[in-house]
Amino acid sequence: MTNYKLSLENISKSFGTLKANDQVTLDVRPGTVHAVLGENGAGKSTLMNILYGLYRPDEGRILVDGQAVAIDSPRAALAAGIGMVHQHFMLVGQLTVTENIVLGMKGQGLKLDLATHVRKISELSQSFGFEIDPEAEVMKLPIGMQQRVEILKLLYHNAEVLILDEPTSVLTPNETGPFFELLERLKSAGKTIIFITHKLDEVMTIADDVTVMQDGKVMASLPKSDTDPANLARIMVGREVLFQVKRSSHASGPVVLRLADVSASNTRGLTALDQVTLEVRAGEVFGIAGVDGNGQAELAETIAGLRPVDSGRIFLSDSDITQTSISDRADKLGIAYVPEDRHRDGIVLDESVAQNMILRTYDRAPFARFGFFNPGAIRDHAERLTSAFNVRMQSVDQEIRFLSGGNQQKVILARELEGEPKVLIVAQPTKGLDVGAIEFVQQQILVQRDRGVAVLYISTELEHLLDVCDRVGVLFSGKLMDTVDSSEATPERVGLLMAGVAA
Amino acid sequence: MERVYRVLFHLRSVWAIIAALAVGSILILAAGSNPIEAYYTLFQGAFFDYWGFASTLVKMCPLLLAGLAVVLPLRAGLFNIGAEGQIYIGALFATVVALYLPGVPGPLHIIMCTLAGALGGALWALIPALLKAYQGINEIIVTLLLNFVALHFVSFMVSGPMMEPGAPYPYSPEIPDTLFLPHVLPRTDAHFGVLVGVVIAIAMYAVFKRGVFGFTLATVGRNPDAARYAGMSVRRHIIVSFLIAGACAGLAGTFEVLGHRYRLFHAFSQGYGYDGIVVAFLAGLSPLFAIFSALFIGGLRSGANMMQRAMGIETTVVEAIQGLVILFVAVSLAFRYKVTEIGKAIARRGELEQALEDKTSDGKE
Ligand SMILES: Nc1ncnc2c1ncn2[C@@H]1O[C@H](COP(=O)(O)OP(=O)(O)OP(=O)(O)O)[C@@H](O)[C@H]1O
Ligand SMILES: [Mg+2]
Repeated sequence: MTNYKLSLENISKSFGTLKANDQVTLDVRPGTVHAVLGENGAGKSTLMNILYGLYRPDEGRILVDGQAVAIDSPRAALAAGIGMVHQHFMLVGQLTVTENIVLGMKGQGLKLDLATHVRKISELSQSFGFEIDPEAEVMKLPIGMQQRVEILKLLYHNAEVLILDEPTSVLTPNETGPFFELLERLKSAGKTIIFITHKLDEVMTIADDVTVMQDGKVMASLPKSDTDPANLARIMVGREVLFQVKRSSHASGPVVLRLADVSASNTRGLTALDQVTLEVRAGEVFGIAGVDGNGQAELAETIAGLRPVDSGRIFLSDSDITQTSISDRADKLGIAYVPEDRHRDGIVLDESVAQNMILRTYDRAPFARFGFFNPGAIRDHAERLTSAFNVRMQSVDQEIRFLSGGNQQKVILARELEGEPKVLIVAQPTKGLDVGAIEFVQQQILVQRDRGVAVLYISTELEHLLDVCDRVGVLFSGKLMDTVDSSEATPERVGLLMAGVAA
Repeated sequence: MERVYRVLFHLRSVWAIIAALAVGSILILAAGSNPIEAYYTLFQGAFFDYWGFASTLVKMCPLLLAGLAVVLPLRAGLFNIGAEGQIYIGALFATVVALYLPGVPGPLHIIMCTLAGALGGALWALIPALLKAYQGINEIIVTLLLNFVALHFVSFMVSGPMMEPGAPYPYSPEIPDTLFLPHVLPRTDAHFGVLVGVVIAIAMYAVFKRGVFGFTLATVGRNPDAARYAGMSVRRHIIVSFLIAGACAGLAGTFEVLGHRYRLFHAFSQGYGYDGIVVAFLAGLSPLFAIFSALFIGGLRSGANMMQRAMGIETTVVEAIQGLVILFVAVSLAFRYKVTEIGKAIARRGELEQALEDKTSDGKE
């Protein structure tokens, strides 16, 4: 009976009054991919952090190869053959791949062996087809490659079980395919993989078994062959999920946001936006499709006012706002912005949920008067918004870092949608959200549209774009390739444009 | 258990002091005295003797203000090692207004001197702030080097243009006695400046706790990208925090002249600016606790004199003890380094530098 690679038995973990894990039992067969699904805040990351020795469970035990093991630190986890790649990476940017991998290894004369390490890492990398240069500086690698470095690191430390917390949320759709091939190769080499995701189609593609969590409990654990996406969603959310928001046809109003020949540079000073001209009307969702890194981030930042234009003009209802500061654009003009990289731009991890809710309106009454905050008003405001957006947390005074990834995202959305904006820029708003929350967010965006807001919706996920948008424009190396009406936009047609093939 | 641990952790400065005093007692033994008796004399003299306490307050004033000058920029992850220089320039400005602006009625003249001193310190701090904000030049080095410039500039002034005619060594003429600061303890040297320091500390505490500026300054330090997104200018915060810090240090110098020495002496500060760093870290970067840590360090200093007089123990022993306090405070940072305010402040620096390098626009200019 004990032919499981890994078993968790009755694991419980509370944070204060919140039961993040409640009698969780999970069995993982060797050499399989085991998917863990669940709503935002269901307790997936917490469970994995316990398995990796970052948190101590209040009760329960962990068995590896049928033997109970005490895991009280990541080092102990690695010794037991368990490794983890976090939702947010933990690499040191300034160091090389090899240095990152050997960092913290015990009993090695680092300097002495570095050349040996480089050789061994490069062999390992080749044997699994990682395509990583062991001497590259991590900072300069794209996100997808950094993720591979994290995995390579675990393999180098002889991990048998790899825990991957939402690995595909940082990947672009066309990076996902090769990533899954890599997982297949790891699997055939006998590795066991625990894979957390919100995307049901990924579960159907890669997983052998699925465990669904809700409110800290295991709702179901079953082989993939016994289930389908609709069924999984029902177990997870506790109701039917539509997977497609209903979009009523809707007459759009006058042009609100207009970009005329806007060019801008990226952080490295290279041209990122090349003579982009576009118009977004009131009551319209304008989608921006494109492979990640083709100028989407710069486009959003330029309109929000975080990035200066090199040439061209930006108009809001016919007045030129090219030189207007970011705070005036947000405050006076009503340009709301949901940035893509929420940890970098959207929130301050060390601050409370309540403070984060007023990050862009902090100096306004009733939140602040005469230079001092009014904590009562700030708390009321946060409580209203968190309950409207169903943010799971213990209290609004909690530091936002203790919220689950998806719930942090909801805080930003709530904040930006709340101010009755005129223009709404949303970049990858569904990243890291569970299926129920995605549905909710898309509905909220459509509510804004029906209110007459001009929405610019940036996403690399084509299905979401085609669901929500009225028109879709495609960015390819900083140029706006073409704009198509979403009724005429087929995935094939947009896909070609995304590859830079003009219609 | 967790709670006990947390309480012990938050008292780490107290443990550091106790450890320093324990090790210090070995030094006292080596000097041939009884440590218990010595410490009794020291603390009795520093805190429970009327005159002794007054002299503690005199030392506390510049220590506290210099400590605040370190605490404030650190909230944004910026190190001000330049309080010493800001003290000198503040004192110089105050003295110039005191000596060369006669005919102004007393109380108004005091206020003008005070403002001039604060301005002097602020201007001196503006140099590293501008270099940091616009050129990304390391403020630690600039503030440190400017200390020597300020020290020698004041020496030059009081041994040349401002020197009291016929003085045996470099000092300025005495300021008019209408400018002498009122005393808080009658018949002692303890002057009004220490109260100003305490009020500023409490105000700073309130701003950190509830103030919009406290929030934006911390946000700039904690996540400069999010700060820009929120419309807070990173540059402006660097500059404003240094201006206020410089003004605090400038006041320290001003009150040394108006409250204690009544003239500008060369090399008068004897390292109060550097001791401010000790005050700040011993207080765990809290403006409120800085009041107590400044009182404590001030007490060590004045008690040392008593100890020397009563028991013949060299004051250098006390200097060594102060060194030990620093050492143990530093050691205490090693425990759960990440969660302390200090750990966070240090961690902030990297991000701030990155944000400044970013060629993108800065919030409100
Ligand atoms: N260190 C902590 N302190 C307090 N509460 C915490 C802490 N870590 C997690 N929580 C809470 O435990 C719950 C479960 O969080 P967890 O991160 O495990 O969710 P998740 O399933 O990974 O969600 P997501 O899909 O959004 O990433 C959340 O309500 C979260 O706020
Ligand atoms: Mg998670």
